Amino acid sequence: MALRIGFDLESPARVSESLAAHGERYLRRVYTAAEIADCRRVGVVDPCRLAARFAAKEATFKAIGVGTAAASWRDVEVLRGPSADPRLVLHGDAATLAQAAGIRELSLSLSCAGSFGAAIVIALVYG
Amino acid sequence: MNEKIRQAIGDHARLGGDIHTLADDADLYQAGMTSHASVNVMLALEDAFDIEFPDRMLTRTVFESIASIRAALTELQPSLAA
Repeated sequence: MALRIGFDLESPARVSESLAAHGERYLRRVYTAAEIADCRRVGVVDPCRLAARFAAKEATFKAIGVGTAAASWRDVEVLRGPSADPRLVLHGDAATLAQAAGIRELSLSLSCAGSFGAAIVIALVYG
Repeated sequence: MNEKIRQAIGDHARLGGDIHTLADDADLYQAGMTSHASVNVMLALEDAFDIEFPDRMLTRTVFESIASIRAALTELQPSLAA
């Protein structure tokens, strides 16, 4: 067994610019419905929480070892566990790529602080 | 078609250089486009060409160069090749 780590940062300011330019279409093309709901606060979507989730998607591709944007953004989904801790669920091509890379488990940590949303993903690789 | 592609890249990819001097096969990510910026390029291209990229095309390889974008657009809308 081996460990592989992926890390990424994204700027909430850039996310805000995308929301201003493309609105709901930006949300729908990048994030799942559950992610969008998780990022809404009093009806307003939080750019920093979105930035952290975008970073998580990129960090996941890095941890899998397939480089950035290797699959559709929505193939990598950040959900909340029973104790509100974030967890990753892979779909479609992302799940196929992870399986092919021998990855059995993924662990995620998110952070959101002012200028950056950040994510670290640790992958357990077998074989 | 190339000019509209260059316009979308110039407006949204944040490359910092002159988009008109970029070769058709130049790697946009190597030139400084982030993955997040590529989302904005993708959405701008959808507006410019009145198309929608399917999920299977929302990957790095489709948006890595002007040439690869042109190929994807032509696949989605063959009349653009004319």
